[in-house]
Amino acid sequence: MPRAITLIPIATLLAMLGPVIAGLWGTVLPAFGHLPVAGFDGPSLDPFRALLATPGIGTATRLSVTTGLLATGLSVLIVALIAGGWSGTRAFRFLEKLLSPLLSVPHAAAAFGLAFLIAPSGWIARLISPGLTGWERPPDLLILNDTFGLAMTAGLVVKEVPFLLLMTIAALGQTQPRQSLMVAQSLGYGRLTGWLKAVFPRVYAQIKLPIYVVLAYSMSVVDVAVILGPTTPPPLSVLIVKWMGDPDLGMRLLAAAGALLQLGLVVATLGLWRLGEMVVRRLGHAWIMRGGRGRLDWALQPAGLLFGGLTAAAIFAGLAGLLVWSFAGFWSFPNVFPDSFGLRTWMRHGPAAGGAFAETFWVATAVTGLALLFVIGCLEAEHRSRRKLTSSGLWLLYLPLLVPQTAFLPGLQTLLLGVGADVGRGPVIAAHLVFVLPYVFLSLGDPYRAWDTRNGVSAAALGASPNRVFWQVRLPMLLRPVLIASAVGLSVSVGQYLPTLLIGGGRVSTLTTEAVALASGGDRRAIAVYGLAQTAAALVPFALALAIPALVWRNRRGLHG
Amino acid sequence: MKHLALVAALLAPLPALANPDPADWDSVLAEAQGQTVYWNAWGGSTTTNDFIAWVGMRVAEDYGVTLEHVKLTDTADAVTRVLSEKQAGVDDGGAIDMIWINGANFAAMKDADLLFGPFAEHLPNWSVVDTEGKTVQTDFTVPVEGYEAPWAMAQVVFIHDTADLAEPLGSMQAILEWSTANPGRFTYPQPPDFLGATFLKQALVDLIEDQTPFYSAATDENYAEVTAPLWGYLDALTPTLWRQGRAYPATGPAQLQMIADGEVDLAISFSPGEATAAIANQQLPDTVRTFVLDKGTIGNASFVGIPYNSGSAAGAMIVANFLMSPEAQARAQNPEVLGYGTVLDMTALNAEDRALFDALDLGIATLSPAALGSVVAEPHPSWMTRITDDWISRYGSAQ
Repeated sequence: MPRAITLIPIATLLAMLGPVIAGLWGTVLPAFGHLPVAGFDGPSLDPFRALLATPGIGTATRLSVTTGLLATGLSVLIVALIAGGWSGTRAFRFLEKLLSPLLSVPHAAAAFGLAFLIAPSGWIARLISPGLTGWERPPDLLILNDTFGLAMTAGLVVKEVPFLLLMTIAALGQTQPRQSLMVAQSLGYGRLTGWLKAVFPRVYAQIKLPIYVVLAYSMSVVDVAVILGPTTPPPLSVLIVKWMGDPDLGMRLLAAAGALLQLGLVVATLGLWRLGEMVVRRLGHAWIMRGGRGRLDWALQPAGLLFGGLTAAAIFAGLAGLLVWSFAGFWSFPNVFPDSFGLRTWMRHGPAAGGAFAETFWVATAVTGLALLFVIGCLEAEHRSRRKLTSSGLWLLYLPLLVPQTAFLPGLQTLLLGVGADVGRGPVIAAHLVFVLPYVFLSLGDPYRAWDTRNGVSAAALGASPNRVFWQVRLPMLLRPVLIASAVGLSVSVGQYLPTLLIGGGRVSTLTTEAVALASGGDRRAIAVYGLAQTAAALVPFALALAIPALVWRNRRGLHG
Repeated sequence: MKHLALVAALLAPLPALANPDPADWDSVLAEAQGQTVYWNAWGGSTTTNDFIAWVGMRVAEDYGVTLEHVKLTDTADAVTRVLSEKQAGVDDGGAIDMIWINGANFAAMKDADLLFGPFAEHLPNWSVVDTEGKTVQTDFTVPVEGYEAPWAMAQVVFIHDTADLAEPLGSMQAILEWSTANPGRFTYPQPPDFLGATFLKQALVDLIEDQTPFYSAATDENYAEVTAPLWGYLDALTPTLWRQGRAYPATGPAQLQMIADGEVDLAISFSPGEATAAIANQQLPDTVRTFVLDKGTIGNASFVGIPYNSGSAAGAMIVANFLMSPEAQARAQNPEVLGYGTVLDMTALNAEDRALFDALDLGIATLSPAALGSVVAEPHPSWMTRITDDWISRYGSAQ
């Protein structure tokens, strides 16, 4: 046992990084013209030449960078304004309560909801038409799929703000913000300015890696881009996925070259962001040294709450829109509500959505179970060997989230095909694990380490072996964090689009792949059913994670957490 | 040892011979029992998905075949899959057992020997298929030769909301004039979506008098000259389109939502009954009607093909045969279900089966067979491929 447990961290690293490295390897070779299964023998630079000659490749590349930077920058700004202006207040605690549901809403469902809100024929336009606008017909405005990718950026921001806010709250717990803020305020600084000057630099150092993850993700996202992004041309990631699906196997070379471009782009943009960090640090120093007490706080503070509230409201109103559509009869513009309601859509799509729900459930459960085994094994090994996770260990943990999905998944698919590996749930589960493991680790790590070891000492003093302490004391006491980590794992798995699509070879249809496939058909009622089912699949585990400990430990108040 | 080699050579199935043998229908029936057929079909239309689910229920009842619909966003994905499998040496038990296919994808698969067959003309229901009046033996000018089985006829119609556009428009030129007078009220699916590509072909054949070049492969010599009128037309049309042509709907069905939302008044469709079906599904207002162009519109057949490495070819043939049955055909033609044209010859049916079709009410927005007018055959697939590529670099990738 002691020996076995030291192997778990290595196995975890393999499960997490193995597919990434294999996938990158499988990308590099075809990118340089080497794909023997398709009759290409490299090396050659032809794929890159073809990539450069692709019409619109410049615009597609630019879109990847601009939408990624804009989405990340806006998200960080909004989070800083909310946390700075409001942490510790009642409004903040309210937002905090909304975080779990907001986080668990899959990107695709949030994007569908947002699309119906902001389209020229969407809910917002319907609310003010024709009364305020005089629009009897929707105006011919390019809001969705706009050529600058602004709608897509908005779709990313509403999902990334909750994520970064959660990370910020965790970081705040380790930085004693209250003392610093008190000193700053007693020196006459406004609340927000004082927080930005005294607390934010320390918080930022803690949430740096999550921000990089957001940047890499936003630059290479596919599902949100398909739903909200530009189409003439689409961002680079969408082009790569299209090429992967081309009947001409030669296009795989182009896709691989595109994937390497995407990887280089993300690395370069991360470098740019770090450069930006330095500039902001300089400017920030100067700003702090000037000693301004915050004359604009009166405006910025409410702005933070407004934007924070707006991102949350966008997701909830979007989901409400989906709910209404799923029961809608004919619904013309500019009516705010459908002409009639009915169960017709649910009767039509309910059974098929149920099948996809089951598939989603099995994949997510298997992935999360495996992830828990790995993570608890790692944490227990860490505990018994008394070695802390180093900062380079933390980087390794974040690595699979920093490598763009579109860079290594195509290569992984080509590799799997090359070795004749059967498509289906197995490979999909392995691919999901790459993304689920880090999140489960991040979610469970802190509570696991924060466990009061004196409980273990007491148990050991009574004669319990380390294994018995683990099974009978530690794990039961950590029921709540373990369940929350499971909910996180499940919701991450439910939301996975690209790994399911590319690795599953079409035979694994989850709610997410079905919903995105329906996006092209534009049948809002069917999309609504799948979007809601997807949200439920991600949300219910969170509700259970809160409810189960309260039931199991109904006579152990201290364990409610 | 020599004997052994000889016996092995004799026992080895000839590559050209279909196995299982479609001519021996009883053994096909026996082999299909209990098989699972993965049908890869475009999944963007909810009405089609429902129809396929119904087919699955029926073949499970009658033949013990389990049908799984693998929903594609692009049929080319399935072609890729089979091609990659062949390259990787997966010659048996491939991931795909049946593909909804036609046109360029069929030509590509047939060319690369990726199809099982010939089987279609051995299917029992082939005897009632209308081989005279309907283009079921050529697919975009490519001879079918039994490598795919027809199951639906499609013809281009235009869906218009009479509340905003009362009168049918008789030609592509008339559509341009109307769109110029009513900017922002028309668009078409973004090529390479097949319906978007069909719109381009429809425009081309309507703009040009001499259509003979379309029925052989496009050449470097004739391509630029023949397609010049199309690009002139699109240069004039694009600024008048919905969103000035800076965004397009992804697929045909996406246009239905746009009509219902009042975003556009006119849309192209490849299914004469789609509008009626959509009205029944509350996806379109009941003021919607359809029209065809004066010179006729493009029509073709939808087929199903079986990949050469399918492990359930017998089951797939059962499904293909069931799709051609009067029961399935009448259901597909029912506008409340799909509204697809039938491939069957009404005169070859017995009275009972014909009654299934006679009982159909085609619906308010469906043109009668006579009103649908003449069908323009599909051009050679090379035209579609080249026009689509050209469209992407001209209009689909803002330079």
